[in-house]
Amino acid sequence: MTATSTAVGIAGAVRSGERSARSVVEEHLAVIAARDAELHACNHVMVDDALATADAVDAAVARGEDAGPLAGVPVVLKDNLCTRGVPTTCSSRILDGWRPPYTATVVERLLLAGGIPVAKANLDEFAMGSSTENSAFGPTRNPHDTSRVPGGSSGGSAAAVAAGYAPLALGSDTGGSIRQPAALCGVVGVKPTYGRVSRFGLVAFASSLDQIGPLATTVDDAALLLEAIWGPDAMDSTAIPSQPEALGGDTDIAGMRIGIVEELTDVEGIAPEVKAAVERAAAGLDAAGARVERVSVPSCAYGLSAYYLIAPAEASSNLARYDGVRYGLRVDAADVAEMNAKTRDAGFGAEVKRRIMLGTYALSAGYYDAYYGQAQKVRTLIIRDFAQAYERFDVLLSPTSPTEAFPLGAKTADPLAMYLSDVCTIPTNLAGHSAMSVPFGTGAEGLPVGVQVLAPAQGESVMFRVARAVEGIVA
Amino acid sequence: MSTRISWDQVRHVANLARLALADDEVAGLADDLGVILDHAQDVAALDLEGIPPTAHPIPLENVLRPDEVRPSLDRAEVLAAAPEAEDGRFRVPRIMGDAP
Repeated sequence: MTATSTAVGIAGAVRSGERSARSVVEEHLAVIAARDAELHACNHVMVDDALATADAVDAAVARGEDAGPLAGVPVVLKDNLCTRGVPTTCSSRILDGWRPPYTATVVERLLLAGGIPVAKANLDEFAMGSSTENSAFGPTRNPHDTSRVPGGSSGGSAAAVAAGYAPLALGSDTGGSIRQPAALCGVVGVKPTYGRVSRFGLVAFASSLDQIGPLATTVDDAALLLEAIWGPDAMDSTAIPSQPEALGGDTDIAGMRIGIVEELTDVEGIAPEVKAAVERAAAGLDAAGARVERVSVPSCAYGLSAYYLIAPAEASSNLARYDGVRYGLRVDAADVAEMNAKTRDAGFGAEVKRRIMLGTYALSAGYYDAYYGQAQKVRTLIIRDFAQAYERFDVLLSPTSPTEAFPLGAKTADPLAMYLSDVCTIPTNLAGHSAMSVPFGTGAEGLPVGVQVLAPAQGESVMFRVARAVEGIVA
Repeated sequence: MSTRISWDQVRHVANLARLALADDEVAGLADDLGVILDHAQDVAALDLEGIPPTAHPIPLENVLRPDEVRPSLDRAEVLAAAPEAEDGRFRVPRIMGDAP
């Protein structure tokens, strides 16, 4: 990355008056116009809004005002973040054409920081999926190989950053939906601690797991965006009420204790090259003065099963709001119950229905204790096992995704095979911790591989320090 | 596959979830749910007696604020997004009883 293409570089140049925000935005809109017919990373390009916002930033600079840490930096928004007056679809027919009457806190904050939303990015419908093939508007393609998926569910956000639509994007991560596409597209993706970033204006999928976070081409750029959006919010009572400590720019990892999680590295179906990448990253960290050892976090082996009971259960409740009454699609019928049911059948895609059904089943009379109740107890075990590991280690390491990007259509007929793409990322969400994916070379097929750095709740500072060190190791 | 979900079970759950599934969707979901729940047997089969459940990852206290009047969403803007509205309210089809 050249200094002029990173968010840090652009913001510096715009703040000093060396470049105009308008010229930066026009350049990036031109990239979107040139590539998006092929990649389909965007559901909606905000041309007029983006140029108007850029002009406002330029006017602030001309008046000698502080234009903010993200001055003039284009940002792509996952299309499950509400933007007042701008279509917000969640890539679902049921919200096609909806224009929210309010704006998400994260979007308000990045505007205050001088950032410029340029597009709404494609996603798996309601963020349910691992390939962005579950979009009602068609899949996004991986910029590194357009016959392959970008990962998901924030596949549009990851592809947009990888293709140079913007140096930054926002995604959401419920079981790996920022980190897995970041790995498959060769960019940095961060899942912050649960509650560290306000969820106000994020369309809810699984409320005890969802978290918004940044995607970027460099670790420092991801830090810049995270620091612009995080912190307490009166509009989200689950946001952590204390101010976060600044991330700092440390790269020194001498004496740091790093554990490679066995249950997330020796997983079923892992590509040997992905495992080798984690080992090379570990060796590099060791050479930089860290002490790297293997560690067992036994209950992580049950993470996938627990997640696919808890997340659908919460989704079945959250998605009850799409009933054809207040917004979105309505299919007419003689009475209201029939209208609700016909609207939902017509408006939701196959994967969303599968999860609503799975969640409703897991919560229904006679099955609650056996499935949802057991999964909640497994969640306790995962939190306990991580706590033990973090007594011995400052951060943990694993692959982000077991494989490189797979071909479009490879897993669409087999839900369970698709779910296994998230096996390495899910435990972090169940525990409410932070984790991020850092690009680390390529695999057997020449496509990007990501290494995952995991840290405890509110461990972002140490996590970013290790991520910078991983970034500095030649893969 | 050890977890078998019948079509009747699928239809019952679909009714709870307010989904008017077509017959081919019922058949597909019976198979899919069976496979996914089969995979979940590793969790269902664990002995977790005495382990407390976790519903939420971070210990949080309820957040209270004074009950003061503040601006809320603009009613016209909200109703403009509704499939049908009348007299400042959402309009829906008949809820109970026969049509007039």
